[in-house]
Amino acid sequence: MSGLSLHKKFEENSALLIFGILAVSAIGGLVQLVPILNQDSLDTASENSQLYNALELTGRDIYIREGCSTCHSQQVRPLIAEVERYGPYSRADEFVYDRPFLWGSKRTGPDLHRVGGKFSDAWHRLHLIDPRAVVAESIMPAYPWLARRPASATGNIAAKLTALRRLGHPYTDEDIAGAEQALEGQLEIDALIAYLQSLGTAQDYSGG
Amino acid sequence: MMADAKNFYNNQIVIRLVQFSVIWAVAAIAAGVYISAELLWPQLDFGQFWLSFGRLRPLHTNGIIFGFGVSALMATAFYSVQRTCHVPLFAPRLAWFCCYGWQLLVLTGGLSLLAGFNTSKEYAELEWPFDIVIAIIWVCFGIVFFGTIARRKIKAIYISNWFYGALIIVIAMLHIVNSLAIPVTLGKSYSLYAGAQDAVVQWWYGHNAVGFLLTGGFLGMMYYFLPKHAGRPIWSYRLSIVAFWAFTYSYIWAGPHHLHYNSIPEWVQSLGMVMSVVLLAPSWATMINGVMTVSTAWEKLRSDPALKFIVLSLAFYGLATFEGPMMSIRSVNVVSHFTDWTIGHVHSGALGWNAMITYGTFYFMVPRLVGRELYSTPLANLHFWLALAGTMLYIMAMWAAGVSQGLLWLSVDQIGELSFSFKDIMASMAPYYALRLVAGLIFLLGTLLMAYNLFMTLKGQQPVRSAPPLMQPAHGVG
Repeated sequence: MSGLSLHKKFEENSALLIFGILAVSAIGGLVQLVPILNQDSLDTASENSQLYNALELTGRDIYIREGCSTCHSQQVRPLIAEVERYGPYSRADEFVYDRPFLWGSKRTGPDLHRVGGKFSDAWHRLHLIDPRAVVAESIMPAYPWLARRPASATGNIAAKLTALRRLGHPYTDEDIAGAEQALEGQLEIDALIAYLQSLGTAQDYSGG
Repeated sequence: MMADAKNFYNNQIVIRLVQFSVIWAVAAIAAGVYISAELLWPQLDFGQFWLSFGRLRPLHTNGIIFGFGVSALMATAFYSVQRTCHVPLFAPRLAWFCCYGWQLLVLTGGLSLLAGFNTSKEYAELEWPFDIVIAIIWVCFGIVFFGTIARRKIKAIYISNWFYGALIIVIAMLHIVNSLAIPVTLGKSYSLYAGAQDAVVQWWYGHNAVGFLLTGGFLGMMYYFLPKHAGRPIWSYRLSIVAFWAFTYSYIWAGPHHLHYNSIPEWVQSLGMVMSVVLLAPSWATMINGVMTVSTAWEKLRSDPALKFIVLSLAFYGLATFEGPMMSIRSVNVVSHFTDWTIGHVHSGALGWNAMITYGTFYFMVPRLVGRELYSTPLANLHFWLALAGTMLYIMAMWAAGVSQGLLWLSVDQIGELSFSFKDIMASMAPYYALRLVAGLIFLLGTLLMAYNLFMTLKGQQPVRSAPPLMQPAHGVG
């Protein structure tokens, strides 16, 4: 009965109830998030980490805008079938420049973390404009508008690089100064293809 | 006289929120049906960016969670908190600000998703200006809710209010931490967290948005409306106390089961798995408490479609909260992860639990708010069977799809070569996707019947003027 009478205090005092809920619900998050956010190996760049250049970053933001991650994961799990199908399994240090992460939760289409270099740029271009021209069974949406819009329409690229530099991404002053120029003459589809071709290519495969 | 007039419960705001909730339900379910058709006929986007699957899918999930779900939770929280505290809403103008502000947020936020402003973090897709608006409205919601509780005439705070309270407090915490980002433009920001750390923070948010909004919030609904409707007190008050604190404590640990075999440390995966299995206990304790509460009122199920919905929703709640812990076990998750099984699991919760308990509650509450009978009980009965058929068909189609997908992906022959190509496995999903489309249409049809039924019930009616009982009860709830 003492438990119930202790509880009576909580159910008769709204401030105590609010405090109780906050305290009890915070514990699990603190135990998991504090160590994870302070684990250096999860946010320190290595030879597996590749900084996106201006064009690739623009492509990544287009990938996010179009919701590609609703159907494509970017996470090869350390399982025989996955490594056979996609390539070496994903490592945490490959994602240190990924804001946000794009691992996804659903594979309606195949995983893309190791897609870089697997198909030609021309294949990607055809596939993005008309997927069924390349893969007859495909149920992927077509993205014809990407071939009409200039890459610079996706937003102020210099401001993006500056914001990311504030978060610790090692962009140089030259990178930022030359960012606008890097997008000149490029379409959104070029940026997206540049991003896709960069995926998973920093990995040193020799270690297995 | 003035003092008396001021003492009436605010029923108008509840009606308005129910109306918005039903509108969002119809719109967001229709969006879901449409994208399920796109998975069969990808040409259905007609080359229009705003009809593209990748943009409509977050519209569907956000429309259900924030449009339908949160509007229903605000409506039922405002209805029940007044009646369990025997006082009208605190700060009614602020409450109206929450009501309309939230609808405006859902509308403009939805349009922004179609325009491609999308953070890509699941259930947190809205960009930073919307995140700030959400936080402001949420705090106002909390002020109205806890302000009403602070002025209560009943000594004990009834259990439904603990769950609504946990909804308000924990969602605020999750939302603020997960949405931290550096803005670049009005429509673009970069997450404060990167890579693996971002993943863990996101699924701490994502899983507990499900936990405290879609589970906890709707349990608040259950704890008020089920006993009220069955005409029985809650079966075990002590069990409800234990289950509440166990639920609030353990749910928050479960997020990492969304990242099994992903690039995060193994200890956090294992911890998430163990705590997910632990979560079965408080989940089922609550289900048992609910079912036992109706157990001496079974005869009401024969005549009352609203109670049927609520009892069936508890069955699906039990199913989904059993399935969830099982899927969080790593050796099961290895098959289910990334497949349509996850989609099936989500919908056994969203259709079977969230939608059904809300539908039952609306059928119960709306006639009482305007002081007349439901327009058509046979129509509500028909809706019940459509909802049940649609939900069952949906989750069975997605189970079959997901389990076969998962196993076929993992299948290797004796020399370790992959047995099936990805595109063959994908192409074999078409029959299941067709069944799912039919299921969605059935569920949508039922929802439209409810919309019509509630519209006709409300048509030309004024909210009743109900006030707290004049007699002060020694103990108990409104």
